[in-house]
Amino acid sequence: MDFLNTHLLSLILFLPTIAALIMLFLPSNETKLLRWFALSASLIPFVLTLVLWTNFDPNVTGFQFEEKYVWYEAINSSFHLGVDGISLSMVLLTTLLTPLAILASFSVTDRVKPYMMLFLFLETGMLGVFMALDLLIFFVFWEIGLVPMYFLINQWGSANRDYASLKFMIYTMGGSLGLLLAVQLLGVLFGTYDLVILYQRWNSLDAGSILLGMPVHTVKTIAFWAFAIAFAVKVPLWPFHTWLPDAHTEAPTAGSMILAGVLLKLGAYGFIRLVLPLYPLEAKIFAGALAVLAVGAIVFGAFGSFGQTDFKRLVAYSSVNHMGFVVLGIAAAGLASGTADAHIAMSGAVLQMFNHGLSAAGMFFLVGVIYERTHTRNLNDFGGLFPLVPIYGGILIFTSMASLGLPGLNGFVSEFMVVRGAYPVLTIYTVIAMLGLLFTGAYILKGIKSVLHGPMNEHWAHGEHKLTEINTRELFVIVPLMALMLILGIWPAWLLEVINKAVVALF
Amino acid sequence: MNFPILSIITFLPFVAGVIMLMMPATRKNEVRAVALATAVIDLLLSGWVYLQYLTQGMTGYQFIEQYNWLPQLGITLYFGVDGMSAPLVLLTGIVMFTGVLISWGNDDPHVMSGIQDRPREFFAFLFLLAGGVFGVFVSLDLFMLFFFYEIAVFPMYLLIAIWGWVKTREYAAMKLTLYLFIGSVVALVGALAMYWTQYQNTGILSFDMLQMESAGFSAQFQYIWFLPVFLGFAVLGGIWPFHNWSPDGHVAAPTAVSMFHAGVLMKLGAFAALRVGVMLLPEGAKQWSWLIMTFAGVAVVYGAYIAYVQTDLKYMIGFSSVSHMGLVVLGISTLNQTGLVGAGVQMFSHGVMTALFFAITGMIYDRAHTRMIPELGGIAKVIPIAAIGFIIGGLVSMGMPGFSGFVAEFPIFMGVWEEQWLVAVITSISIVITAAYIMKNIRQVFFAPMPEKLEGHIGDVTVLDKVAIVTLCLLMIGIGVFPSIMVPMVETGVGYIMNLLGGA
Repeated sequence: MDFLNTHLLSLILFLPTIAALIMLFLPSNETKLLRWFALSASLIPFVLTLVLWTNFDPNVTGFQFEEKYVWYEAINSSFHLGVDGISLSMVLLTTLLTPLAILASFSVTDRVKPYMMLFLFLETGMLGVFMALDLLIFFVFWEIGLVPMYFLINQWGSANRDYASLKFMIYTMGGSLGLLLAVQLLGVLFGTYDLVILYQRWNSLDAGSILLGMPVHTVKTIAFWAFAIAFAVKVPLWPFHTWLPDAHTEAPTAGSMILAGVLLKLGAYGFIRLVLPLYPLEAKIFAGALAVLAVGAIVFGAFGSFGQTDFKRLVAYSSVNHMGFVVLGIAAAGLASGTADAHIAMSGAVLQMFNHGLSAAGMFFLVGVIYERTHTRNLNDFGGLFPLVPIYGGILIFTSMASLGLPGLNGFVSEFMVVRGAYPVLTIYTVIAMLGLLFTGAYILKGIKSVLHGPMNEHWAHGEHKLTEINTRELFVIVPLMALMLILGIWPAWLLEVINKAVVALF
Repeated sequence: MNFPILSIITFLPFVAGVIMLMMPATRKNEVRAVALATAVIDLLLSGWVYLQYLTQGMTGYQFIEQYNWLPQLGITLYFGVDGMSAPLVLLTGIVMFTGVLISWGNDDPHVMSGIQDRPREFFAFLFLLAGGVFGVFVSLDLFMLFFFYEIAVFPMYLLIAIWGWVKTREYAAMKLTLYLFIGSVVALVGALAMYWTQYQNTGILSFDMLQMESAGFSAQFQYIWFLPVFLGFAVLGGIWPFHNWSPDGHVAAPTAVSMFHAGVLMKLGAFAALRVGVMLLPEGAKQWSWLIMTFAGVAVVYGAYIAYVQTDLKYMIGFSSVSHMGLVVLGISTLNQTGLVGAGVQMFSHGVMTALFFAITGMIYDRAHTRMIPELGGIAKVIPIAAIGFIIGGLVSMGMPGFSGFVAEFPIFMGVWEEQWLVAVITSISIVITAAYIMKNIRQVFFAPMPEKLEGHIGDVTVLDKVAIVTLCLLMIGIGVFPSIMVPMVETGVGYIMNLLGGA
């Protein structure tokens, strides 16, 4: 047990990779074995995360379960892991969504082995970002996660996958370039990559001193934007979002689930873990600019979503819309740091990350369910399907309502908190964002209407095209998500307490 | 320490070459077996040297051997390795081993892979090349360094001209040899100038480089002679604007020779430029580092861009080598601890990566009879291991974390930051360009629908090929995940160089 307690994070982090390497030696035509192996392998980290959750003490400030190993001594980077309330909730989200995504992929029949291996590698990549307490390790996992996702889209995606996957890769790598350079800048200046040390040293720099021939303030501003743009591409904020609808639309269902559920959170997490603590002053100065981008994402995301005729694209744009609220909360917290407003906004933002992870994964899964049966995502091809698939219809409405922010379901709690926190400090932006929310309602109702209501498209009612109801395996994927949506809507305190204590300690 | 391990590593390939030449030409398989046995022995010995150096925590020059050769002129056979050269000796052993594996060939007329035409002569020349390369890396005597340097360059001509790609082999072989000879002649003049100046200063007639380090060359002298010496060697490292021979040479060379060429021969140039140029003329290096950095910076970005527009797979890799060797020289030009460590690791990392690239390209060419990227497609289905290998190589090439390329490139950029941040910002663009061409080409070659012309004509690779691919891949992942199996060693070598730079 001792070993388990002291190495819990690295176990959670590397078990998926080890499982993937074991899969390498399994026969590639035994698809059933491969699927179940991948599923059970991804459940172990989830169970360990529950152990982590129960052993985690929210009242302790700072990081817990820290582990530190020698990694790259020459440049003073160590393999330093640790979690606080914010990262813990993200770890939980990741280890929860991965098994569900794998279960959702049981319908994949093409090259199951590499597919499942890529998913497990992807899990390690994502978890590493959330656990890293070393800037270089953060960057390592940040980049590694790209590779499996690229190949998942490129190999198992739909028609336009080449374009979408390359765009995804180049956008994210291009965005990370500034991050890479800024990371190096910090490393060169301070001779260490350890975040805990960097927080103090970077902020205690004398404002009058000269770095690289420029005043500290200029250097920090440039570095701030280098970080911010890298994360803004990933979140994605308007106007850096154009890779997302393509990548989402072309990715296989489970790929979209993870992409929307976890990968987008990496960007927001970067803002929370790196940008605000490292650049509190710049975050104050540029909070307005971030808020503009966030409001842009909310409003244009909603409009974009409303204009789609492709069901999956509609959901993809809704991610832009929802993630806008996360960044709005972060911007407000940056502007008002130290106040109760900031804490509310930031807790709301983190909770919104978790909630969007649930609802976006659910929505993409539901789109995938209907796509697998009809082989079309065009909203005009559906219509009036509710009587054919009542259970599916009910689930779709439930998930959509969670995404819309219906009180009683999870989305409402977090969006309300963000808006409540942001309103006193960023009033105008919040008001515009609220107006954008109106269109959130519009596109979600449009989606439901086009699929479930209206005159029934007889094509799906009879014969070989007859639409079949959602099956048991698919229910196993969606029910846990729905349960969490409901629980978090009614009683968010269990999660919020963990998040809030970390937020109060940090901001 | 009495066991002459470095001499054995260096001279074994020569001996094996002579033995092979004495074997009957028709006994192809026996010749191949001798070649493989030699390569394995050299790999094991160089691996042993590497591990000894690493695990015993050695510093400075080790495994030293010194024999008189021409005492009247102060020439000795003086061998030793330090933290900088031991990885390169290992690299040579690895490329030699994998090069023999993928050149094994078979007598099946349907799948023409490897070397069928006169394998005896091919392996003999290849080993002459390998012995020369080993010699350069372990020589501590300037004359011997030149001696082995020329030995390494000469067989390239024959290997390319005889076994190369029919269309361009004469042209490429001639171009390559002329470029390299001109470069080395210029460097040789510089070396002679050092030799005589040392004699005037101290009265010692010696080519001993360790002695020359303290020969007290005047700043003026170093200022004049640094550029000819450094650039003369760096031509072989493919430094812009003298890189022109290199992609042509890569393309025309047979697979194993391309592997040697890009994998170790280009390192020879960078290593000799560092060993002779920077370490013996440190003041000159400080004066001229801005120019070297400019050249290298251009090579990094320009090479990547030119690689992006290539349609011939081998040219693509050839120009990517220019770009990556540019990073090595960029690391050297920083003249600081971090940058030099990066350069040292990058030499190894690029060597393994590019050997892998050329090996796989060769396997594809042998089967598809074309290297034009638009004419290829769907290779992943028939040769899955080639796809995996190429993807891993591609990730290394992009500097993806978790692979050796990141471990190498990151300190290089950090080193550049310390000297001139603008260069770091500009050259880092190459990372995105590299990602773009690597991903674009992987998609086309391995995953696009297979052209009808190739359908049914392409078979899987042999077991030997697979062993070669897996060996190279494991090395790149190993260093990427555990940098400590190489970096501390390179650091000791760099520490020595830093002393010279600080003390001079």
